Amino acid sequence: MLVLEKNAMTEEIEKLVLKYGNNRSSLLPILQDLQKEHKYIPDFAQQEIARLMNIHPVEIYGVITFYSFLNTQPKGRNIVRLCQTITCDLAGKKSVAKTIERELGIKFGETTKDGRITLEYANCIGMCDQGPALLINERVYTKVNSEKAVKILSEVK
Amino acid sequence: MEKNLRNGPVLFSNFTRGEGIKKALSLSREDILFEIRDSKLKGRGGAGFPTATKWTLVSAANSPEKYVICNADEGEPGTFKDRVLLLEYPELVFDGMVIAGYTIGANLGIIYLRGEYEYMKKSLEDYIEAMKKENLLGKNILGKKDFNFDIIIRMGSGAYVCGEETALIESLEGHRGEARNRPPFPVSTGFMNKPTTVNNVETLASIPHILLKGGEWFRKHGTDKSTGSKLFSVSGDCDKPGVYELPWGTTINQLLNLVNAKNTKAVQVGGASGTCIPKSQFDRSLAYEDAATGGSIIIFNESRNMLHVLKNFMEFFVEESCGQCTPCRIGNVKLLEGVEMVESNNFTFSYINKLKDLGKTMQVASKCGLGQSSPNSFISILENFSEEIFNGNGGNNGN
Repeated sequence: MLVLEKNAMTEEIEKLVLKYGNNRSSLLPILQDLQKEHKYIPDFAQQEIARLMNIHPVEIYGVITFYSFLNTQPKGRNIVRLCQTITCDLAGKKSVAKTIERELGIKFGETTKDGRITLEYANCIGMCDQGPALLINERVYTKVNSEKAVKILSEVK
Repeated sequence: MEKNLRNGPVLFSNFTRGEGIKKALSLSREDILFEIRDSKLKGRGGAGFPTATKWTLVSAANSPEKYVICNADEGEPGTFKDRVLLLEYPELVFDGMVIAGYTIGANLGIIYLRGEYEYMKKSLEDYIEAMKKENLLGKNILGKKDFNFDIIIRMGSGAYVCGEETALIESLEGHRGEARNRPPFPVSTGFMNKPTTVNNVETLASIPHILLKGGEWFRKHGTDKSTGSKLFSVSGDCDKPGVYELPWGTTINQLLNLVNAKNTKAVQVGGASGTCIPKSQFDRSLAYEDAATGGSIIIFNESRNMLHVLKNFMEFFVEESCGQCTPCRIGNVKLLEGVEMVESNNFTFSYINKLKDLGKTMQVASKCGLGQSSPNSFISILENFSEEIFNGNGGNNGN
């Protein structure tokens, strides 16, 4: 990370700590905001949060790695999650998954070369009556079939 | 997303925002607790703990700070009733939270909303703002002196185990969502070590109706031990999946007719952590005392491979186990391996029986509800569908 980037990151974290407070219970909202902004929480950010909130950096790493929506490694600009749990599975998740993998040229867990999309599975996202369901960033798409999936993904910038 | 026309005896009946709060503020705290005790309302998340008992314990606790937590970390596979309540009936949930705050003497309510439901956050926040404008939230609510109550929304980050109340509190406090040892229970040592009531979205949503129409009215619905109605999230092989409000005690057969399910082979009651009920037992009723459920009903027709279903459930638990206690962390992996052995027709019955024993050990030795209930489907599916699963064909039934 460049010094300028580091300074900007420190400033951003200071603002978040000011917004949410520096008690431990503010940790998740701060991490969630950073995740949303940067799509991951870099090592440097973890150390800065630790310093500003007086928590050991290892604790922060422990929290990030516990939650599946937080991560320590960079991801794509958009995170596409296909629900893999039973009802979506019965409704045809497998063929949608294959189509998406083919179209994007990546496997689940990978990011496209241009950094546009990270492809992941999600566990039940509560759309069982309208499966298969797809979660792109915060938005939900229901009754997705192969054709629809390709169309939706082509609109993701 | 689609919305359906809804009607039902309790939750889906008519209600206007603030009605429940108005009624509650005209009553004493004791009267509210009496009415809820009279209704015999039990927790709707699945565990079925009597709500009145929980609230009485928190309200009796001597502490200047208390909290109301609305558990909206709906993660059980096949459950989506809270999605419907929060999107279409927020007035019930928020009224219920304010009433809870008034009854137990709390000033802050927290909605723990699962990360997957982030798309609702905006509309819920707008709703809170609207309530503040009408003085249904904030200071001296509706002129009631010294009753101040606010609601904030906190997001989860994709962890199923955070639906367990102590894991949820750990998460709110900024830690890994790992369940705590109990006792002490959240009613005395909850969020920030203060007395806390953690209630399911649907439980809170039932409260305003109980206060307005009385506990006796509520008891008229359902059975003796399971009073009132329940929202069932129906999915799987049927023509009309969705959320249905039905009285407790409805039989599985009645439900299947209602949603137009044909050639049904099995019904998973209670999600991945529930039990799988075969055709021969479809006359069983959905109630705490018989086939208990937090609302999840997944229907499988004759063409489904039950071993495949079981594998999906076990993969879910292997991923979602928090890894804190050994029975759950290792046990679920072993059960999944067992399923894969049967799938590849490379197993011995003596080993599978050992795994069933392991499952029973997990049910008593795991620290929280996740590990205690994850072997349920393993045991019930292997026992109820042994013929087709052990056919030497990896559970495939010719399709």
